[in-house]
Amino acid sequence: MASVFRLLRTLQSNNGLLCKASSQPAFSRLPQQMGRHHGSAPLTRYRCAYTRAVPLASAAFSTSSHPMRKKVMFPGSLNSEYTHELSFASSVESIPTYQVMDTDGKVLDPANEPQVSEEEAKTMYRNMLTLNAMDQILYESQRQGRISFYMTSFGEEALIGSAAALDPKDLVFGQYREAGVLLQRGFTIEQFMNQCYSNEKDLGKGRQMPVHYGTKELHFQTISSPLATQIPQAAGAAYAMRREGSKLCTICYFGEGAASEGDFHAGLNMAATLGCPVIFYCRNNGYAISTPSIEQYRGDGIASRGIGYGIDTIRVDGNDIWAIYAATKAARTIAVEQNKPVLIEAMTYRVSHHSTSDDSSAYRSKKEVEDWSKRDNPISRMRAWLENKGWWVKGEDAEITKSAKAKVLEAFAAAEQLKKPAIRHMFEDVYSELTPELVREKEEIEALIKKYPDYYQVNDYAKS
Amino acid sequence: MSASLKSLFKQPLAARLAARSSRTLLGAARYNSSAASSDSITVREALNQAIDEEMERDESVWLLGEEVAQYNGAYKVSKGLLDKFGPKRVVDTPITEMGFAGIAVGAAFHGTKPICEFMTFNFAMQAIDQIVNSGAKTLYMSGAFTKCPIVFRGPNGAAAGVAAQHSQDYASWYGQIPGLKVVSPYDAEDAKGLLKAAIRDPNPVVVLENELMYGVSFPSNSSIASKDFVIPFGKAKIAREGSDITIATYSRPVGFALEAAERLAKEGISAEVINLRSIRPLDLDAIIKSIKKTNHLMTVEQGFPQFGVGSEISAQIMESEGFDYLDAPVCRVTGADVPMPYAQNLEALALPDAEVIYKQAKRILNVE
Repeated sequence: MASVFRLLRTLQSNNGLLCKASSQPAFSRLPQQMGRHHGSAPLTRYRCAYTRAVPLASAAFSTSSHPMRKKVMFPGSLNSEYTHELSFASSVESIPTYQVMDTDGKVLDPANEPQVSEEEAKTMYRNMLTLNAMDQILYESQRQGRISFYMTSFGEEALIGSAAALDPKDLVFGQYREAGVLLQRGFTIEQFMNQCYSNEKDLGKGRQMPVHYGTKELHFQTISSPLATQIPQAAGAAYAMRREGSKLCTICYFGEGAASEGDFHAGLNMAATLGCPVIFYCRNNGYAISTPSIEQYRGDGIASRGIGYGIDTIRVDGNDIWAIYAATKAARTIAVEQNKPVLIEAMTYRVSHHSTSDDSSAYRSKKEVEDWSKRDNPISRMRAWLENKGWWVKGEDAEITKSAKAKVLEAFAAAEQLKKPAIRHMFEDVYSELTPELVREKEEIEALIKKYPDYYQVNDYAKS
Repeated sequence: MSASLKSLFKQPLAARLAARSSRTLLGAARYNSSAASSDSITVREALNQAIDEEMERDESVWLLGEEVAQYNGAYKVSKGLLDKFGPKRVVDTPITEMGFAGIAVGAAFHGTKPICEFMTFNFAMQAIDQIVNSGAKTLYMSGAFTKCPIVFRGPNGAAAGVAAQHSQDYASWYGQIPGLKVVSPYDAEDAKGLLKAAIRDPNPVVVLENELMYGVSFPSNSSIASKDFVIPFGKAKIAREGSDITIATYSRPVGFALEAAERLAKEGISAEVINLRSIRPLDLDAIIKSIKKTNHLMTVEQGFPQFGVGSEISAQIMESEGFDYLDAPVCRVTGADVPMPYAQNLEALALPDAEVIYKQAKRILNVE
């Protein structure tokens, strides 16, 4: 019986199932409550005597508080102590923003100097320039009525840093402004164009609006229009990866506006309770179409919510590609090795209009946009850093941009020439196999087209 | 761990298994079926067996939902599964249908086969975007590179005295969606065969069960007991043959239709009862074939009258050769067009039962 009492005291002093994980300087977190079935940290950290976590409620011990105890003993309590002061908690201090280099590309703490090769760094920079060039041309092409819709990433090119920090097989769930991630992964200009033009070479077979990219080969989940639905899905895919033991993670991008959706809260809470190796990456760019972030939330941004869900969180300078790179790399290590989610909130500014359907001068001044673009430009900061390293020659920019533009225009012209996907694609992939009804419909259309060739103009479509 | 401490906790799994009879340790075990008979099986047991067998057969199948693990299922459908398969494959979720349906869809995208249980399909409305916009449409919208082999299951339709927010029938809601398959079992045979087929199907499938049917026993046989017993989708079952009127229905109302058919038989009216089993794809051919014999069609459902399953069947029959064989307009027998009342007597009035079906059949046939 002595052992029982010893255990009881251990339980009570630990508040039962607490494990105090060691804290790392970069990430803010609360002591993690051990999940009922999924231990998310190695066994050695627990001071409990038994190897299987048993909820307090079903243990055969009394759970009532000893009158002299300071800690609250309810099953739902985490690490709370009793207080006799009536006061409401509210966020006063903001979570700090991690930054590696200043706007002149100077690394502020030499310990944070990026450890990448010249080639890697220059590839990242070239991708930033290419993204910019491609965005400019495709935006114009929408204005000219050549494609129906487009969304640019102006001001958010530093996102490329997050893609560079991942394993190429990590699964990406994007929102819609992550073309930079695709570019860094190796999606070709032709593939971008084909999707935007919905032609016969489009991987999506012409079934989606432009910018709804997806590629199985590059592990980029097809973009889905309803906001934030990708958040719990990313957690689910991560859970599947954890079960596989693949040591990969998923990364889930979303904006600060999408973080108001129910899916965000459900997804983060579930990722935390289930122990899913997922990086949640919030692009806080200040605007959700016309809604500024001060109208989107009252709390300390999105980062403060991560803490609320028991998730390791960091806020970074979203225009600083090296801060993003470092944070994503560290986040990945936590996710994969500890099988738990991480939240990164990247603060940036949306220089672009929300999309081609938006004219942001309706809700913000053009001057504000110009000022931001000049004052804190992710591309200029990276270039300055490269120049400081002596890895970039002045004027090389103009060359890259010119050749990127030429490449884009070439791909663009080629994409325009291609035919639209074959008509049979309208009926396929509704289910994994064609149903008798769909076969009937398909044959009916084909018969009609054959019978009335002048009425059904099908020359623009690839042959079925 | 001291001996006294050990006794306070549950025995380890191996010990518990050993304690059961040897009969139940074997692969064909149905350790949760009533020891009394292996000749009958409840719908609940049938569903449990279906999930158990499919999880055993395929490592990538897993179950998630509220109360499915430790509590053995809100309606005990997943009884014993946590003990057998462990917490990585039978997962209790926080209360967020949107969250766990999204998690399940994401896990399905990444190659596992989740069975996502909703405590009732009424709560699935909080997840309907994940079911319809993501689950159903992604194979199509991704250009076929992302499959979604998921099963959404749970009780659907009216229970007893649970009021409007727990009693809606969603067959017509999900039946609309291209990309989804929708099935609704009536008896234990349906339950086992349809659920097994659903789990094996690479498409997203919605399985609409019925809470009041869970405890009902039906005769079993060796074919139902087989581990490979699957019922193909899109094929209705003639539950009772007849020649005067066709009654097409699904789920619990099949029982009422059979009861009504018994009563009608005593008065010399021979009703053919079709258990649709499959809402999408719908077995219209079976209905047409039956109409050719009977010339009269009644559809029965618990759902609301407007835009329902009966409406769809009527429209499809009119557009088909079945129309030429009708001697009377199709009659839809449905739930009342009101949110389900709570009061027991009103609830009974708001739903079709054997009496209503019997009366309507006579009216259609113009018999006093």
